[in-house]
Amino acid sequence: MEIKDKVIKYGNDINTDLIIAGKYTKTLSNEELAVHAMEDLDVHFTKKVKGASIVVAGSYFGCGSSREAAPVALRAAGVSCVFAKSFARIFFRNAVNVGLPIVECDTDRINDGDTLRYVLGSSEVINETTGESIPVNPLPEIMVKIFQTGGLVQYFRETGGY
Amino acid sequence: MGKTFAEKILSRCAGYDVTVGDIVFAKPDFCISHENASAICATFKKIGVDNVFDPDKIVLTFDHTVPASTIAYANAHRVVRKFAKEQGIENFYDMNKYGGVCHQIMCQEGFSAPGLVIIGSDSHTCTSGAMGAFAVGVGRTEMAGVWATGELWLKVPDAISIEVTGDFQPGVGAKDLILRIIGDMRADGADYCSVEFYGDGIENMSIADRMTICNMCVEMGAKNAVCKPDDKVRAALEGKAKSDKWEMVWADDDAEYLASYRYSLEDIAPAVAKPHTVDNYATISEATGIKIDQALIGTCTNGRLEDLRAAAEVLKGRRVKVRTMITPASVEVYRQALKEGILETLLLSGCTITPPGCGACIGLSSGVLGDHETCISTANRNFKGRMGSKEGFIYLASPMTAAWSALHGEIRDPREHFESASDKAGGGQA
Amino acid sequence: MPGMTIAEKILSEHSGKEARAGDIVFCDVDFMVVPDSTGIFTVRSFKEMEGKKVCDPNKIMFVFDHCSPPPNQHIANMQKYERDFVLSQGVILAEGGEGVCHQLAVEKGYASAGKLVVGADSHTCTYGAVGAFATGVGATDMAATMISGKNWFKVPETIRVNLKNDLPAGCTAKDIILTVIGKIGAEGGNYKAFEFYGDYFEKCTLDDRMTIANMVVEMGGKTGFTCFSGLGIQADEDAVYCETVEIDLAEVVPCVAKPHTVDNWAPVSEVAGKPINYAFIGSCTNGRFEDLKAAADILRGGKLARGVRLLVVPASKDILLRAADEGVLKDLVDAGAAVFTPSCAACVGTHGGVPADGETVLSTTNRNFKGRMGNPNADIYLVSPMTLAASCLTGVITDPRPYVKE
Repeated sequence: MEIKDKVIKYGNDINTDLIIAGKYTKTLSNEELAVHAMEDLDVHFTKKVKGASIVVAGSYFGCGSSREAAPVALRAAGVSCVFAKSFARIFFRNAVNVGLPIVECDTDRINDGDTLRYVLGSSEVINETTGESIPVNPLPEIMVKIFQTGGLVQYFRETGGY
Repeated sequence: MGKTFAEKILSRCAGYDVTVGDIVFAKPDFCISHENASAICATFKKIGVDNVFDPDKIVLTFDHTVPASTIAYANAHRVVRKFAKEQGIENFYDMNKYGGVCHQIMCQEGFSAPGLVIIGSDSHTCTSGAMGAFAVGVGRTEMAGVWATGELWLKVPDAISIEVTGDFQPGVGAKDLILRIIGDMRADGADYCSVEFYGDGIENMSIADRMTICNMCVEMGAKNAVCKPDDKVRAALEGKAKSDKWEMVWADDDAEYLASYRYSLEDIAPAVAKPHTVDNYATISEATGIKIDQALIGTCTNGRLEDLRAAAEVLKGRRVKVRTMITPASVEVYRQALKEGILETLLLSGCTITPPGCGACIGLSSGVLGDHETCISTANRNFKGRMGSKEGFIYLASPMTAAWSALHGEIRDPREHFESASDKAGGGQA
Repeated sequence: MPGMTIAEKILSEHSGKEARAGDIVFCDVDFMVVPDSTGIFTVRSFKEMEGKKVCDPNKIMFVFDHCSPPPNQHIANMQKYERDFVLSQGVILAEGGEGVCHQLAVEKGYASAGKLVVGADSHTCTYGAVGAFATGVGATDMAATMISGKNWFKVPETIRVNLKNDLPAGCTAKDIILTVIGKIGAEGGNYKAFEFYGDYFEKCTLDDRMTIANMVVEMGGKTGFTCFSGLGIQADEDAVYCETVEIDLAEVVPCVAKPHTVDNWAPVSEVAGKPINYAFIGSCTNGRFEDLKAAADILRGGKLARGVRLLVVPASKDILLRAADEGVLKDLVDAGAAVFTPSCAACVGTHGGVPADGETVLSTTNRNFKGRMGNPNADIYLVSPMTLAASCLTGVITDPRPYVKE
């Protein structure tokens, strides 16, 4: 699957409270979560994401809570992929488990408004605006499997367990 | 011809003799507001007056959502804090100043006293009648007007007298009496009336019991309710009264009442109000066996030390089967219950203690009901949705009934506890 | 082969093969902790996965702590959804008011040395204080573990933190961990395990160890062990560490994490005098008996400064009972504190104690992110219970050392 879209860029240490505040997480409705995605960081996020579905950040994206609502909110808001220099551990697992594409790479080479093209699973992302090709860190095999199946729920439905 | 309590008080306000139906301008001795003070502040500012009529006559508490559960409530608290500071309102019972439910604060702290006129921006303001005050609930705009001018108009109400005689049987409490009275008179049975209680049954009761009774008179439409003040009230005010204007006022023997009733406490038995109206009275035997998911013991109706003590006596050494919330009516009640070891007894029996305040009673705070859940509650209203979900069911009952039912996971007659207790006392070795 | 770190030992034991840093291993999990916040998603994922029965109901505890007792109808219904699941599966249930999940996991003995525990909450790492490899996972991950009894783990590298010398009076475990986080940085331990060493751990209490282990996730840590002779599990002497950090406790001072990140360290002296509106003592970080007692010892006989409100939330019902029994609760209430039901309360901003706009909050919890306590327009300073108590008396951020009764 290929993702190609414009970039919204943020900085380092985007924490789970910024991605979705705790007060909004008491719901099973993904639509409700989507409305409040990134609210305390960027009030225009949900509008912007309609024309630029790729979120790019610096290091340590998703630090803080174990709340799975964070990747769910981003996915539901229309985010097609998150690129960051590094991710916090639990967010990283959660994103793969709920089927939100995430990629570790050197995001200093990507600017707000750039257009990226990336084939899921490939070893590099193309910055079409600058013409650069940026190498990405590979995922562990188990995560690739889970992701390719469509997330951990689907993985368990198909395999019944690990 | 003699005067009712209401006529006497309002005649004093008017400066001349008034009778039922007259309109009187009154200057309240104290005005009480809770969180809705934030809305009252806004209206007050619109009126265009800079200062309140007398900061010492205004009492403020936070009780509906303490501590604040949302930003909106936190900001509402902030508005009130700022207003209190600007206006120099010292009688402000914030979270850090031994606060509690506004009606509890009024009685406990010596604001309510015989003969005084109390108004409050809450329907259960009538609770203060337990201290012999003429206490009336008003709306927010009305209160803003009083803050500005120190005055409001009151219509002299019809009055109903209720004589109460005797003493409660074991396992029966003031809540059972008032549920019975409301069941008899129906939800509109005292609409716009002053309900005036007297008799040796009232004299035998604690102030706490009298507060339970007066508190709930608004559930039959009363404008105010009052118990004939006595030495117990005098003692409670000793060294505490916030106004020196109070004096023992009571109706004349030949006052003319719209209706008069008489209840003998020996005839009162444990009861519940079934969903979804307070006058949906049922004897405990009719409700026995109804499964419950939750119990709430506390609030301005039954959250006093005496109530918690009664619940603890029933619960001591046993474990509740359903989640059981204890909501003391004030920090002072909490402190005393802590001192007496009551909180410990309640915790060990599996109860959850919430901060003092309204708690789950109004569905804004700890212990809200979910869909299809049933709660036995010592609060004062069982309307659909009152404690949260419209699909929930609330049974109103006494602290003893709520506690005994919590132990069984279903509504049960608390007299069973007292029978087994007396069996043990009298029966020697089992 | 070189020796093993504690993380390597526990993951080897549970995977049945030699687990070295960087390996991916599948492990049998000993215990699972699910709070109400992530529980709804866990239950939903469990159902979507077509799970029938949990692997072992005695290995799973649901705890209603993040938003309990429920403050509104919506949350009451969420909890009912979870409670129905809990009752039908027969797993362990801690109802609202029992306490914070991490406190209960340790207090009730579910977490202990050598065990592998996962929790659907990031502060699961707290159980490193009793020698368990304990780490936070997401809701779907938890559902998968509940069905299979297993999960996959990347074996973490370990950072060794040596604490030397003694901690000065007026400083606490909270000041130590805030100092460590300030030094290592919020991301400095991402994906890593921690082993803390020092004579300090021979003398300090379990409460202190839990405060330190609790906050390793604030540096990205996967789990963290507070090592001492009585921990019940030890690393090999020749274990390999990716990094060693030295901290001289003699140089630790009362400190704060300034808004809005946990590694935004400053000594109290730098922010002393800043007016505060609201103080919150509680949570899985500092809501234990000794924390309440430390605050009560400073507040006893005093009153909160005008305009300051104090919310006290014991981390469990047992702590509340002990605080009542030993007079600590009375000291706090007498000073003007409000006491909330044992739970997470204001820490996560979904329940009692949300700050108002523009307010400055002192909190003994573990996160000061913007909006963490429910209001993005409030400033949160993380502090020790002692700093909090001294500041409550003065109304401004205050160095607690002059207030400490020796």
